[in-house]
Parts: sequence; C-alpha cells; structure tokens
Amino acid sequence: MTGADATNGHVIRTRALTKRYGELRAVDGVNLEVRAGDVYGFLGANGSGKTTTVRMLLGLVLPTSGEAEVLGMPMPTARRSVLPRIGSLVESPAAYPHLSGSANLALLDATGSDRSRREERRTRIRTALEQVRLNPGDRRPVRTYSQGMRQRLGLAAALMRQPTLLILDEPSNGLDPQGIQEIRKLLLQLNAEGTTIFLSSHLLAEIEQMCTHVGVLRDGRLILQEELDTLLRPTGLVAVRTPDIDRCSTELLGDVVASVADDRLLVRAEDPARLNAYLVAEGVRVDEIGPYRRTLEEIVLEAEARA
Amino acid sequence: MIVVELIKMICRPRTWLILGMLVALPTLVAVLLAVTDLGPRPGTGPPFLSAVLSDGTLFPLAALGVVLPLLLPIAVAVLGGDAIAGESQTGTLRYLLVRPVGRTHLLLAKLATVVAFVLLAVFAVAGVSYAEGRLLLGRAPATGTVSLSGSTLTQQELTWRTALALGYVIISMLGVAAIALFFSTLTRSGIGAALGTIGVLVASTVLLGLDAADALHPFLPTRYWLAFVDLFRDPILWRDVVRGLVVQLGYLTVFTLAAWANFGTKDIDD
Repeated sequence: MTGADATNGHVIRTRALTKRYGELRAVDGVNLEVRAGDVYGFLGANGSGKTTTVRMLLGLVLPTSGEAEVLGMPMPTARRSVLPRIGSLVESPAAYPHLSGSANLALLDATGSDRSRREERRTRIRTALEQVRLNPGDRRPVRTYSQGMRQRLGLAAALMRQPTLLILDEPSNGLDPQGIQEIRKLLLQLNAEGTTIFLSSHLLAEIEQMCTHVGVLRDGRLILQEELDTLLRPTGLVAVRTPDIDRCSTELLGDVVASVADDRLLVRAEDPARLNAYLVAEGVRVDEIGPYRRTLEEIVLEAEARA
Repeated sequence: MIVVELIKMICRPRTWLILGMLVALPTLVAVLLAVTDLGPRPGTGPPFLSAVLSDGTLFPLAALGVVLPLLLPIAVAVLGGDAIAGESQTGTLRYLLVRPVGRTHLLLAKLATVVAFVLLAVFAVAGVSYAEGRLLLGRAPATGTVSLSGSTLTQQELTWRTALALGYVIISMLGVAAIALFFSTLTRSGIGAALGTIGVLVASTVLLGLDAADALHPFLPTRYWLAFVDLFRDPILWRDVVRGLVVQLGYLTVFTLAAWANFGTKDIDD
C-alpha cells in the first residue's frame, strides 16, 4: 500500500480528466477522489461516460487532457507497476469460447510477468473460481456458459491476483437475484479485508446497498461526489401520512409544514414521537409517521436537475 | 507471452483445420498423378510438377509450388488478420492489456505466432509430400536428380537446396503476415482484416500481369514468390531470390512499424 499512502490515502484521483471524440465530450473535466478502503459507487446512465472513464483509469483509452492517478502513480505512464495490483471487469466479461473456464484463467494468468510456480498458479485459479462459486473441475467450454456464469468467470479473473483495487463495471449484469446477493456479499467481505472497490453501475439500488461513497456522472460531467452517509443523513423533517391532511396543514401545523404531497406531509420537527402524541391528542388519524430521509434516487434526480 | 500465444494457436481447432487443408491439396495432386500418370507438359503448370512422375523426391517442392500461390497466403492472411482483431472481437484484448501485457510485446508475440504457423505449415506440407512422393510417385534416377539446367544433382545437393527452398518459402510469407497484422490493428473484424490482406495479394497478382505496371513489378509482394525454383538451377540463380528476400523484409519492416504505430496509441474501446 506504499503508493496509496504517498497520496494521503487516495487510490484513484483524477484532475480535469477529459476525453473528446471530435466535438463530443465523452468525459468532461472529471475530478474523481477514491480513498483506500472505500466502496465507491460510480453512477450514471448508459452513455454518460462511465465506461470511458474506467477505460482511462486502466490505460485502455488515452485522455485528451487532464490527469489520472491510480494507486498513487500516474496512468497510463505507470501501467506496468499499477495494473498488476488492480482487478477489473470492463463493460462485460470476455473469454475464449472454445476453452473451459479454468483454462481461460490459466491462459490469462500465464500472460502475467510474475514467476509463480505451477502449483501456486493452480491454487490461485481454484481459489478464484470457488470464490465466485464456479466449479473448478468444470471442463465444459465457456461457449456453453450462461450469462451469469460468464459474469462470475469475469469476476474470478479480476480476483485472481488478490488486487488492492477492484475496478468493476456493472458487476451484477446478467446475474439472478441470488447471484447478485452472493457477489455483493463477496465484495463486501473483500472490502472488509482491505480491498478498495470502485463500482460503476446504472442501478441506484445496487449502489445504495453497497457503497460508502457515490459519484454521479451525467453527460460526461461529475455532478455529485459525496459520502453516502452524508447524503442520506436525517433531514430534520418528519414525514406524516394521514387522511386528515388538510386539517393538519392548515389548522394544526401551518407554520412548520415544509411540503405537502398527496397524502404525505413533511414537517419541520425534532422529535417524531412528540409530534405523533400532539397529533393524536388533537384527534388526527395518523397512518404512518417517522423521520424523513431522502432516497438516493431523489438526491440524484435533484443533482441532475441542478446540473 | 509468446509461449501463451503459441498455446492459444495450438489449442484452436481452426489451426489444425487449415493445416489439414494445406496438406490435403498436394495429397490430392499426388494421388491424381499416380492414378492417371498424366503430368503437366514440361514448362506448364506449377513448377516441378512435370518432373515428379519420373522423380518423386522433387514432390515436396512441387507441393510447395502448389500451395504457395494461393492456399498458404490465404491461411497466413486468416491467422494474421485474426491476431489482434480476433482478440478485440471476443473482448479479450482489453483484459490482456490490463494484465498488463505491453502493446508492442503483444504485437510481436502475435507476429511470432503467425511465423510459427508458417513454419509448421511448410514443414507439414514438405514432410507429407515427401512421403507421398516416395510412396506414390517415381523413384529418383540412380544417377541423381536432374536440375532445371539439365545437370545432375547429388542427394546431398538436393537436400540442402530443398532446405534453402523451404526457408525461402517461409520468408516469402513474412510480408503477408505483416500486412495482415497491420490490417488486424485497424479493424475489429478478423475476417475483414483477412479479406483486406487477400485483396492486396490479388491486386499484386493483377498488376504482375499488366505490362503497363512494369515499373512497379519489383516492389510487389508476390513478385518473387516462385523464385525458389531458381535454387534448382545449376549454378544457382541468386538474383531473384535475393530480391525476393529484400522485398519481403521491406514489407515486414514497413507494415510491422505501421501496425505498431497504430496499435501503440490506439484507444481500446470495443
């Protein structure tokens, strides 16, 4: 972790990272900050520039301008020392269709420059396959794999060298709900063991359930980058669901009502319990009451509206 | 990396299919000649073919003369065209590059693999056709093989001249390999790259038949392919063989550099 220590714990840092294709700015002045130990969720619609950003971090696409630092070293110049410590899944998994899963991993492993012994390599491949719940003894060619199995194989390839940083583009693609849960558990466990995870996805729920930090990309611009806890902290509002909405908003709570929508009131109040007692004492029928937290979806939509 | 690429080539059924086709054509020719006893008249048809009925030891050369103008270059174009484009198509290229494998390193490993295939193909064709020549076709005259100039070659002379010819055929394919590799870095379609390469070879052949293109002839990649025949004259006629070498090395250098220049800084966004 020497590289990461040298930059105050930054594992990924970009400054004004930009990629232009002719007139189109696919990525436009992006300043990413990912620290050691983060699970960073990189959100954005399809075509927002997520994949191009990921490719620039990995040295596959060269930036038009701006800088990218990964594990404390400049990319793509330092790719020889940076990339061996990164596991990645870029856009979709890929494998030679006529070979088995473990043969694919063995080929990929053999392209590395490290000089491991054969036994060590075999263990490494077996462990990686078991981690993603593929059978290492499976001799069927990848051609016959389902999309979920291919995705798992791609993840196994990313995990094979026990990387310090995982850069995963849409890792739950093609997995069934149970598979998604398994992979989420695996990633969180790796994170607990010290792996930093950079996860790009267009699925809000996936990010919300896993990540400690969120960055939102829209039309190539980073419109939001924040710790998830900060974004989702209590708003100082209490949500009240009641059929007596008119009476509440006019008579009882007039000056502390923040907003009214359908059958829900948002009220500026410190303590939901006290508010509840007051309303009930006044004869209001309360269906539901509790502190109001915004969802990630609302936050993202708000940020997009601002941008 | 080269070892990995060689393993990949060996593990592909396609490699063996192409190799099988390359060996099948001369085999068919040998069987037909043996059955019908009808050789082409001297001076017509592929080189040496008219002589093999009386002297089977020349059949490896005749076999190379049969596959060299079309079948072998197509095989090289297919393999070379697939080198980078094929990886790009399966999506494995990006995973190789983030291992990381250096781009120059990958390019050279791919080129070496194609050359290894040519080696394998040429030796397979020569080996199989040698056996066929001995079994199916005429025995060498006791006095030794007759050279194209009419003098007699001893067994030893014939052997090392055949070795030289094999080497020359292998080198003749370097230009095709480099052109295919260059096209392979331009496109995502292996078939496209192979067809582009074959297009270049067809154009070269057409121009060779055109007197108006006389000035271009010495620079065309296919011009000196059959010059290995000159190795069986007495004394050896080196002029075309040497020119052929120079032309092939020229194509190899130019197109390998072009492939490197294009691939080295290319955005991998498939």
